[in-house]
Amino acid sequence: MRDTFVITLNAGQESFLCGEDDTVLAAMLRQRRGHLRCGCFGGGCGICKMRIVSGAYHQIKPMSRAHISEAEQAEGLALLCCIAPRGDMVLSRVDGNYE
Amino acid sequence: MGFNKTLRPGLVQIRVLDLDKTLHFYKEILGLNEVCRSSDGLRVCLKAYDEFDHHSVTLRLASEAGLDYVAFKVNSPEELERIKDEVVAFGYRIDVIPPEYDQPGFGKRYAFTISTGHRFQIYSDVKLADQTPMIHNPDIWTEPPRGMRATRMDHFLLYGPNIAEAERFCKEVFGMYAPEVCNTVDGNRLAVWLTGSNKPHDLAFVEYPKPGKIHHLGFYLNDWTDIGNAADWIAVNRLKLDVGPTRHAITRGLTIYFWEPSGNRIEVYAGGYSAYPDHPQRVWDSDQLGRGLFYYSGEMVPSFLEIVT
Ligand code: FES
Ligand SMILES: [Fe+2]
Repeated sequence: MRDTFVITLNAGQESFLCGEDDTVLAAMLRQRRGHLRCGCFGGGCGICKMRIVSGAYHQIKPMSRAHISEAEQAEGLALLCCIAPRGDMVLSRVDGNYE
Repeated sequence: MGFNKTLRPGLVQIRVLDLDKTLHFYKEILGLNEVCRSSDGLRVCLKAYDEFDHHSVTLRLASEAGLDYVAFKVNSPEELERIKDEVVAFGYRIDVIPPEYDQPGFGKRYAFTISTGHRFQIYSDVKLADQTPMIHNPDIWTEPPRGMRATRMDHFLLYGPNIAEAERFCKEVFGMYAPEVCNTVDGNRLAVWLTGSNKPHDLAFVEYPKPGKIHHLGFYLNDWTDIGNAADWIAVNRLKLDVGPTRHAITRGLTIYFWEPSGNRIEVYAGGYSAYPDHPQRVWDSDQLGRGLFYYSGEMVPSFLEIVT
C-alpha cells in the first residue's frame, strides 16, 4: 500500500494529497491547487519552481540548472515536476510563477 | 523552384536532462532513427526516415535543457564561402569548425552568434545517410515509419532580443524572405516567419528579453491523419500536451505542441501553404495573434507564448 502525504501551500490556506510515487506538480494540478502555470513536466522550463519550507522529498527527474542552481536547491527551492514527497510537505511561492 | 542561398535548416543540437528517457522519446515515439553516438556516450545523432543527409538532430546530455545551435545547409562550397564573408561583413565573428569535428558526416562548418543570442552554423557538405529514402523506382519507405512517423526536422521558433536585426540578417545574408509577420500596436515586430525555400517557414523569431531561448522544434508529418496518430501517442505515453490538435492561420499548418521528457517543446506539423518570394507578405496585428496561432479556438493560450526553454 503506497503512502500518501499532505502538501500544504500558501501559509496553510490550501492543501492537497500526493502519493509517494507521484510528482508534487501532477498531484497539485489534478486537485486544482496552487494555480501554478502549466509547463513542461520535464524539469526543463522552470515554471513550477517553489520553495520547500519543510518536508523531505525524493528527486525523480533532473532539474535544469538554467532554472535552479545547486545553491538554490540546497537552500530549499525545487521544481515540483521533478520531486515526489517522502513525508508531509509545506511549500511557499516564488515570485513570478503565478498567473 | 530556384532556391535561395540557404537550402534548409539541416541540423540542430538539443540539450537533454535525461538521455535514455529522452532518446526513447525521439526514437520510439517521434520515430527518428539513431545514426551514431559519440565515444563518451553523451551525444546521440538521429535522423528522420525521409531525410537524405547523415543526421539532423543531435541530443547532448547536459545540466540544462534547451538549444545548443542550429545549422543551415547552403547550396555549394562556393556559396558557403560567400555567405561566410557576408556574415563577417554583417558584423558577426566567425569560428571555423573543421570537418568531422563533433558531428560525424559533416564537412566544414562556420559558427557565429546572431543578435538574439542564438548560435547559428552554416555548412555545404554532409555525407548521405547509410539509409536514405529510395531513389530508383522508389517505394515510399524502406522500413515502416514508427510512432508519430516524423518525416523530417522542419523548423524552429527562437526567442531572443532584437529580432529586427535577426530578420535583416536572415534576409540579407541567408537570402531568406518573410512570408508572414506580426506587429505590435505601436508598429514594432513581435514575431517573424522566415524561409529560404517554399516551406512557409524554415525558422521564426519572437521578441523576448532573454537571449538564446527556444520555444519549439518542429517536425513534419504527412497529414491530418498523422496529427491524430501523434495525439494518440502523446496520450498513450502520458506526454505533457501543450496545445492542439489545431490549425495555425499563420502558415496554415496543422499542429500539436507537447513537451518531450527533458522539457523541450516539440511541435508536430503537417500541411502549410507553399510560399513564394514574390507573394505579398501576410501581416498580423498582435491583438489577433490568438487567432493566428490557434485558429479553431481563436484564443491565445498564455503559457504558450510565455514558457520557453
Ligand atoms: S513544469 Fe517545466 S520545469 Fe516543471
Ligand atoms: Fe512551429
